Amino acid sequence: MIRIDCPFCGVRDHSEFSYGGDGSIEYPALDGSMQDWHDAVFMRENICGVQTETWQHSSGCRMWLLIERDTMTHEIHSVKPAHAGIAKVLEAEK
Amino acid sequence: MTRFSAWSVFWNGLTAQRGWGRQWRDPEPKAHYDVVIVGGGIHGLATAYYLAKNHGVQNIAVLEKGWIGGGNAGRNTTIVRSNYARPGNREFYEHSLRMWENLSHELNYNVMFSQRSHIALLHSPAAMDRAARNYNTMRLTGTPDAEIWGLEQLRKTVPHLNYDTHARFPILGAAVQKRAGTARHDAVAWGYARAADQLGVDILQQCEVTGVVRKGAKLASLQTSRGEISANKVGFAVAGNSTRLWQMAELGKLPIETHKLQAFVSEPLKPLLDQVVVFGIGGAHFYISQSDKGGMVFGGDLDWYKSYAQRGNLPIVQDTAEAAMSILPCLGRVKLLRHWSGVMDMSMDGAPFICKTPLDNLYLNAGWNYGGFKASPASGWYFADLIAHDRPAKVIENHDLKRFERGVNLDERGAGPDPKLHG
Repeated sequence: MIRIDCPFCGVRDHSEFSYGGDGSIEYPALDGSMQDWHDAVFMRENICGVQTETWQHSSGCRMWLLIERDTMTHEIHSVKPAHAGIAKVLEAEK
Repeated sequence: MTRFSAWSVFWNGLTAQRGWGRQWRDPEPKAHYDVVIVGGGIHGLATAYYLAKNHGVQNIAVLEKGWIGGGNAGRNTTIVRSNYARPGNREFYEHSLRMWENLSHELNYNVMFSQRSHIALLHSPAAMDRAARNYNTMRLTGTPDAEIWGLEQLRKTVPHLNYDTHARFPILGAAVQKRAGTARHDAVAWGYARAADQLGVDILQQCEVTGVVRKGAKLASLQTSRGEISANKVGFAVAGNSTRLWQMAELGKLPIETHKLQAFVSEPLKPLLDQVVVFGIGGAHFYISQSDKGGMVFGGDLDWYKSYAQRGNLPIVQDTAEAAMSILPCLGRVKLLRHWSGVMDMSMDGAPFICKTPLDNLYLNAGWNYGGFKASPASGWYFADLIAHDRPAKVIENHDLKRFERGVNLDERGAGPDPKLHG
């Protein structure tokens, strides 16, 4: 069991959370090129080592988190709230 | 090398089994090969075998970082089926199933292929309709053994499932493929290794690729733990770690994430289950069969987060046990013997890649998701064909890395571009 230190709820088992995916993806503008959207949607760096990824505390505060986790050892290096990439896209839309 | 036959088994029985030699050589690596396949799993070994047999390539090596059959070849639930409905998938997997039917004979090695039928349980009228559509498609496109069973026939065949009408998901029927079944996974790896070795393929174990040397748009050589090896053509067949090799060759990103999938085996029981039974609805996913030794072999969902670690987590153990109890309550007091985990290439549409790459002499075989074991004979067949002729066969024309750019998805489940959802 991985234990995740949720900034809002404290340390909880990972079974309370839902794994999102690669948190380093920068989504292009909505009218961005087909190639940029293809790369964002389909292509992955698939890091073996420390990667930034999104998790949602779905059985807790329901906040989305950005977590730095080692994909080989499962050690967690940092946890912080919010999906910066999506936030940026939404910001740009305003 | 002694060929296996009824006579050789009989004779060795009379002579204290002293007549058996090594099944394959343990050669020293040469500096250069015509074709090098990286990955000594079933896909890699099958590719080497068909390159030598179908295409007459003489000078082939298979590089394996551990021992052959020690990766995902030995970490699956050994299910073989071809119940696919999408074009591209159905021809490919049906070809594979037809190869399985003759594999023991082809390799002169008993792979214990047992066509005991694959029974996918259905729990709602909508699921029955969807299965009928898919299985009708199969019947119309060359898979004659697809059937939809009602409750009566199912009860007669597998009487000890949980048929309680008050169950959370009552069983209404099943989609059945009768030629599907199981095989002995180690035997398949060993059989291909032995047959490839007889055709002169060098199987180099404990030979890990540590670097890729490029020369322009070509792959010049591979740095390995047993020295540098150059080759005219190189094939990667290292599902689970495809990205790591891909990035050693500085080729950037792949439409693949690495996830781990667990499997389980119970203590041996007397004959209990004579089919492969699959239960999948809502949050549950469960598939079970009984091995020839009597152990119940079963698996469930992947671990839900990306991982390269070949060890499973405990919530999935519980999850799988709950699914087992809801469908086969008679397993309640059976002890789990062991569980293990393998890392898989989960692709963006749940379908594999057998294709050319941006490098002229590099070929990729990757992205096998949950289904690599059953695919291995056809995977080797078509990958060998691709490497030999430098063009994809018609069947695998959409198994390339560019299919998403063309808007082509071989997404059997319709789950969308989220690798962990392609169960």
